[in-house]
Amino acid sequence: MQATKTPVLEAVNISKSYGEKQVLADVSFSAGEGEFVCIVGPSGTGKTTLLRTLSALGTANSGEVRVNGMAITRPPAEVSVVFQDYSRSLMPWMRVGKNIELPLRRYKLSPAERTTRVTEALRDVGLEHAKDLYPWEMSGGMQQRVAIARSLAYRPQVLIMDEPFASVDAQTRADLEDLMLDIRARLGVTIVLVTHDIEEAVYLGDKVIVLSGRPASVSATVDVPLGRTRDQISTKSRPDYLELRAKIHAMIMQSPSSVSG
Amino acid sequence: MSSPFARLIVPALLPIVLILAWWYTSEGGSSIFFPPLSQIQERFQELWLFALVPEHVVPSLQSILWGLWISIVLGVGLGVLLGLNGYVATAVNPVLQFLRYLPAVALLPLAIQLIGIGQEMRVTIIVLGALWPILLNTIDGVRGISPGLIDVARSNRLRNFDWIFRVVIPSASPQIFAGIRASLAVSVILMFASELLGASRGIGYFILEAQRQFSLPEMWSGMILLGIIGYALNVVLMAIEYFALAWHRKARI
Repeated sequence: MQATKTPVLEAVNISKSYGEKQVLADVSFSAGEGEFVCIVGPSGTGKTTLLRTLSALGTANSGEVRVNGMAITRPPAEVSVVFQDYSRSLMPWMRVGKNIELPLRRYKLSPAERTTRVTEALRDVGLEHAKDLYPWEMSGGMQQRVAIARSLAYRPQVLIMDEPFASVDAQTRADLEDLMLDIRARLGVTIVLVTHDIEEAVYLGDKVIVLSGRPASVSATVDVPLGRTRDQISTKSRPDYLELRAKIHAMIMQSPSSVSG
Repeated sequence: MSSPFARLIVPALLPIVLILAWWYTSEGGSSIFFPPLSQIQERFQELWLFALVPEHVVPSLQSILWGLWISIVLGVGLGVLLGLNGYVATAVNPVLQFLRYLPAVALLPLAIQLIGIGQEMRVTIIVLGALWPILLNTIDGVRGISPGLIDVARSNRLRNFDWIFRVVIPSASPQIFAGIRASLAVSVILMFASELLGASRGIGYFILEAQRQFSLPEMWSGMILLGIIGYALNVVLMAIEYFALAWHRKARI
């Protein structure tokens, strides 16, 4: 099915070392159009390094990242990143609307178009009325929604997210997870989400990439055949969900990296 | 302490007490070097409200404001360039530190020799002293920008213009303002010193002339005026900072 189409985002044999220490060894995977891919692995497995390579914020020692089949060397317009630390990724001197507008300034858009984009992006994340607030007037969950809106406003094909919900409370986290499923369904954007939380990975992903070992490599690619509509309560009590979760958990426990991770 | 009443009244108490003490102890005194405050106040009204303002206050303020403005433009401009190029900043740092601690007044004789005793010379001397605090603080502020914001800017592919004017400079602005405040104090000193040596107008010139003619109440009135101007400029700057950095104050709470 997907095999005939060029993947939107593709990592091919990525290896990366910092000096003597190798962090990533031959990591390969791909994400098709509209696919929700979760990369899961214990902390310290080089997830952030992989993410930086995928978004061309960092370079690999070997291997390449392809977007629509083309190798990238600089952050491409088709890819946007949502960072973990929302409080340091929004500009505190700008109101929410200006924060979202900032990346749009490089495009030739009329002021009216720009305003429309900002309004739409805010609506996409459920913050229609927050345009004139400052980030520091908002809760952590709302700030992360603004960061997501900023990424969506310039309409990327791929959204790369680095532990985006790691520093919000459980209820907010569940809301944001469902928001991402909703955004994928409505906008058809491809999402690559890096997390250490197996439960989150299985709940969100169409496909879970399990990273393990030192240096880290892909120890398994697990398809998640739970359908595209998920629900925090019913999906999480399905036997096949629980089975997948246990299976991935076991894979990670067996890997040597979990000992010190 | 938090009521506006307390915030306005408490800081005013000590100045009022000091002025009253000065007023009564100097009244009827015999020292010609310390004339009665009442006499100084009379002179002050005659001279500075507002007879001599165009002749002496305007040129002094012009020197300060031009000097400070040029220092801000140069200091922030060069500071951003150097701050974004870490190696260059490290390489030029010793020279900057040297220039910073070289007292700008020491350059006065040379400046008079080269430029003469016009307004340009006084503005030049002020810039030579006021530039360094702004420049060094801007470099610090720019180098201290959070790595997270650099990632955001790169991954969102901001234009250089937006990166510098909407991210780098606002992010460094708390330090830049601290530099400007230090530079303001330096500017007032250098305005005064440059008018002592090379001017025929200005508050510094007036004070020196009054002393030479032994008009001590006039001299005192000039000194008080200088203090008031320095204080007022600082109040204006603090007010600008209060509004410009509102985000910084509130974001930290």
